[in-house]
Amino acid sequence: MRLDELTRPDFPILQRIVNGHPLVYFDSGASSQKPRAVLEAMTRYYERSHANVHRSIHTLGEEATELYELARDSVQRFIGAPSREEVVFTRGTTDGLGLIAETIGRTLGRGDEIIVTELEHHSNLIPWQLVAKDRAAVLKAVPIRDDGTLDLGALDRLLTARTRVLAFAHVSNVVGTINPVAEIVRRARAVKAFTVVDGAQAAPHLRLDMSVLECDFYVFSAHKMLGPTGIGVLYGRRAVLDSLEPGRGGSEMIKEVWIDHAQWNDLPWRFEPGTPPIAEAVGLTAAIEYLEKLGMDRVTEHERALTRQTHEGLARIPGVTVYGPPPGVERGAVVSFAVDGLHPHDVAALLDSEGIAVRAGHHCAMPLMRRLGVVGTSRATFSVFNSPDEVALLLTAVAGLRSVL
Amino acid sequence: MSGATPSAPGGLYSDVIRDRWRKPRHRGDLPGANAVAEDVNPLCGDRVRMMLAVAPEGRITDARFIGDSCAICTASADVVADLVSGRTRGEAAALDVSDVLAVLQAEIRPTRMRCATLPLSVLAQALDGARKP
Repeated sequence: MRLDELTRPDFPILQRIVNGHPLVYFDSGASSQKPRAVLEAMTRYYERSHANVHRSIHTLGEEATELYELARDSVQRFIGAPSREEVVFTRGTTDGLGLIAETIGRTLGRGDEIIVTELEHHSNLIPWQLVAKDRAAVLKAVPIRDDGTLDLGALDRLLTARTRVLAFAHVSNVVGTINPVAEIVRRARAVKAFTVVDGAQAAPHLRLDMSVLECDFYVFSAHKMLGPTGIGVLYGRRAVLDSLEPGRGGSEMIKEVWIDHAQWNDLPWRFEPGTPPIAEAVGLTAAIEYLEKLGMDRVTEHERALTRQTHEGLARIPGVTVYGPPPGVERGAVVSFAVDGLHPHDVAALLDSEGIAVRAGHHCAMPLMRRLGVVGTSRATFSVFNSPDEVALLLTAVAGLRSVL
Repeated sequence: MSGATPSAPGGLYSDVIRDRWRKPRHRGDLPGANAVAEDVNPLCGDRVRMMLAVAPEGRITDARFIGDSCAICTASADVVADLVSGRTRGEAAALDVSDVLAVLQAEIRPTRMRCATLPLSVLAQALDGARKP
């Protein structure tokens, strides 16, 4: 049985009729839909066990704490983190990247160097711009080649003894490039730079193993991987987390407090000030269990087949340009394309009138758009519930677009 | 794509929008312009530049636009250029999005409203600049 045949009944939203057509949802790269298991787990939590976590000495408080910390164990298993103390919950990828930029930022001095790449989502660029401005540090970017892959030779030339941070995406949210994380981390290690990986577009689609990637930080969101909005994960290598002062203060992240100083809590709570997203953590556990039951290798294989079908099909349509690595080169579950003579927004609006949801615009990656020489692209992204028939609908619709406007 | 080609006024892309997207009347450079502004729509990165030729007594004698923009934004810019030509600065500044929508004859959804209003906000910036000594 194909994966979509197995999973589609689990996603209530797929019953929606949009503009007279059954919904075809190709925007999971922005936010995926949720299986019933996630929705029910969160409802059950709110209906039966909700209380604040950690310092509530009553039954519900204990249940809530247990469920919240269970989510940490789930994430640890899902990403192959050596220990649960390395899993910090955030509000999402942007929050996690901001937190780590602020935290590392405090250790930077004038002239220290931060390296990003031309592929980055603004969430992995702007926090570093702010840090660079604040610390008088230098911000540099690894260029990409025309096929959307990173120029690793250029990276080697950019890395210096002053490089303190190398921040890059695992998978590009626009062109789908899969960056060789372990390889890049090795090069950064040689100059003792922190490595920060934006895994937002990888965690939903690829089997992750932190002990293989060996980056210092790996950041992703639940809502792109079948989980709820409002919670994300910041994985940090224990030795590195231990060496850093907390970036943000509040309750939960302290052991003892005086008026003029405080003693920090243990990992991971040191980096989790305030009441955390508890129901969202419960939903994340359910999402992870759902993906694990399908098997991440099978998820990757299914989405790769859809990506290939889309890429090859679009490339055959006259007047359509597909961006990023050529067919045959592995890419994430994303295909960005342009239709000659049509603006991406109009492409998305016209496809929406057929019930097909794609994303259009700069995808929060304006420097990459500039590099590609476009204002924006149209982008289809895939999840476990998408089917080859849906891709066929997209291809037919795109082929008919140019006659419309 | 029958669902995507509503021809009656009020559809997603009205005949007016399609026509002005394919053949804008006022697209291009305006070498003698003395009131110029450019801005982007942060949602999509669309960019519109409005150029006005304003006579000494304050009447707009010509208006043109260039930009990277979608069908709605392009059609809106073209309509704005149409509407301001021959008007005084004050009359042009009083133009409202409803004036533009009335010409476009389309149902602009909330997610696309910024596409329709960007040319108007660029117009306002151009007029502001023109007022400065």
